[in-house]
Amino acid sequence: MSKDATYEVPIGPIHPALKEPFMVKFKLDGETIVDADPHPGMNHRGIEFMGMHRNPLKVIPLAERICGICSIVHQHMYTTAVEHAAGIEPTNRARYIRTIMCELERIHSHVLWAGVAAHEIGFDTHLHFTWKIREKVMDLLEEISGNRVNYSMWTVGGVRRDIPKKMYRRDFSPKMYPKIQNTLEYYEKLYGKLEDIFLGDPSIRLRTKNIGILTEKEALELCGVGPTVRASGVKKDVRIDQPYAAYGDLELDYVIPSRYGYENTGDVFSKTLVRLKEILQSIDLIRQCVQKMPDEDIDSEPKKAALLNKLKKADGEGIGRIEAPRGEALHYVRLKEGHEELDNWKVRASTYNNLATYAPMFLGEQIADIPIIAACIDPCIGCMDRAEIVDINTGEQTSYDHEELHEMSVRKTREILGDKL
Amino acid sequence: MKLSKTFDKALWVFHMNSGSCNACDIEIVAAITPRYDAERFGIKLVGSPRHADVLLFTGPVTKKMKDRILRVYEQTPDPKVVMIIGNCGSTTGVYYDSYAIEGPIDSLLPDDAHVLYVNGCPVRPENIINGVKEAWLYLEKIRGDDK
Repeated sequence: MSKDATYEVPIGPIHPALKEPFMVKFKLDGETIVDADPHPGMNHRGIEFMGMHRNPLKVIPLAERICGICSIVHQHMYTTAVEHAAGIEPTNRARYIRTIMCELERIHSHVLWAGVAAHEIGFDTHLHFTWKIREKVMDLLEEISGNRVNYSMWTVGGVRRDIPKKMYRRDFSPKMYPKIQNTLEYYEKLYGKLEDIFLGDPSIRLRTKNIGILTEKEALELCGVGPTVRASGVKKDVRIDQPYAAYGDLELDYVIPSRYGYENTGDVFSKTLVRLKEILQSIDLIRQCVQKMPDEDIDSEPKKAALLNKLKKADGEGIGRIEAPRGEALHYVRLKEGHEELDNWKVRASTYNNLATYAPMFLGEQIADIPIIAACIDPCIGCMDRAEIVDINTGEQTSYDHEELHEMSVRKTREILGDKL
Repeated sequence: MKLSKTFDKALWVFHMNSGSCNACDIEIVAAITPRYDAERFGIKLVGSPRHADVLLFTGPVTKKMKDRILRVYEQTPDPKVVMIIGNCGSTTGVYYDSYAIEGPIDSLLPDDAHVLYVNGCPVRPENIINGVKEAWLYLEKIRGDDK
């Protein structure tokens, strides 16, 4: 490989369909990727700065707007960090409601991801199928919280809305929380089909097996988190390692491919497998929560003026750690006595860690595999709209937009299918 | 501005995120998937601004995205309508006091831009489809003025 043969391909920052502005620069040798260099910063909104100029309760709506797909995650981490700093305990029922909401969000996030992954390799039917079944959990989230996204459920000391036992007045079934149970049954019924599509389909297997490999050693060295590294066999899950909310009372185990008789290869296929199995795990966890949920108040600090006063007097620092659908994320909050605003607030989302794992996954792969590998860490930011190829020798530029890249990906699937037919 | 007759039959939209929280963006995608299925009205999400009739802008416009918003606006052929999806695009919303925000979007666009606001945080898919309907009515009005 001569140095002259290297091309640089910046991809991003605009994606027409899904993701936030983000850019990755790829160095190519022909069709093979030799280097990947992520350039974040297009979505910098200065949220931490704004948070430090508002009182702790006004920051909650801001915290959930860090990301619309994982708004529960950021609400949860922020409120637990403030509770930790001020020494406030949420009620037990609130802990269970928080757990149920977190797991419902995990189902919605993983189903959404499966659709995106299918779209990236050219199976739009599956995109529409998964997004159709995703609406069921969105309905339930809306039923509980009143909004499809950005739920505003959390508050310091508990949650703002209870889950009524008879969620449907017209439903006379003896079941507790019938709407939740019905939704879980719906997903259980459809799960087999999802697994057939994403694990059984031979053409999807060919596009995902042995692509974007992250070894266990690399996963540990680069500090990846969540399903991205669990697919490589790393046992890392905050829900088990440092239980929060009600996870300490529930039975759960690390979801890694070897538990289900697959190898811990760390390729796109294993990442798909881990995410699909986590949907089943979430269903199980919500069932356990519904059974164990105690009858109690949902908020330990119902008087918000008194709570604000208490937070003003509080002095200390707190940490909120959570296993988001994409992996571990963390909020740090410092409160200072006599200050109404937060003294310090630091947010670290899971994609930040996982971006580093792009480099070993992209190396040695083809351009047509960029979309699926970029999608396989489930980036919260990540864009494929416009790619420019700069020939270093002549300085000549050619552009790929998202559609052309997508077409290359689809063409590769067709070629693979053609070989088989 | 003269509109062609075919323009308001099937509106093609281009979506651009200028630094939003992703919520409006997934709701835009939800609007084209089977539950809401905006494609039955001829509304199609396209991958290039050069193919689009309507621009969907989300987000409060971060510093790095400001020039790109204007470039995308210029690349879109006339006649075009800009739909601003979400509260943070119309007023910068919860991000009003940030140092990194250049928005709202309409303050950056040229004075003669046709802008529609679709509010909500995030906007519901029904409201997005309703917004495109409003765009149709708006375009019909423009054509009426030209006659």
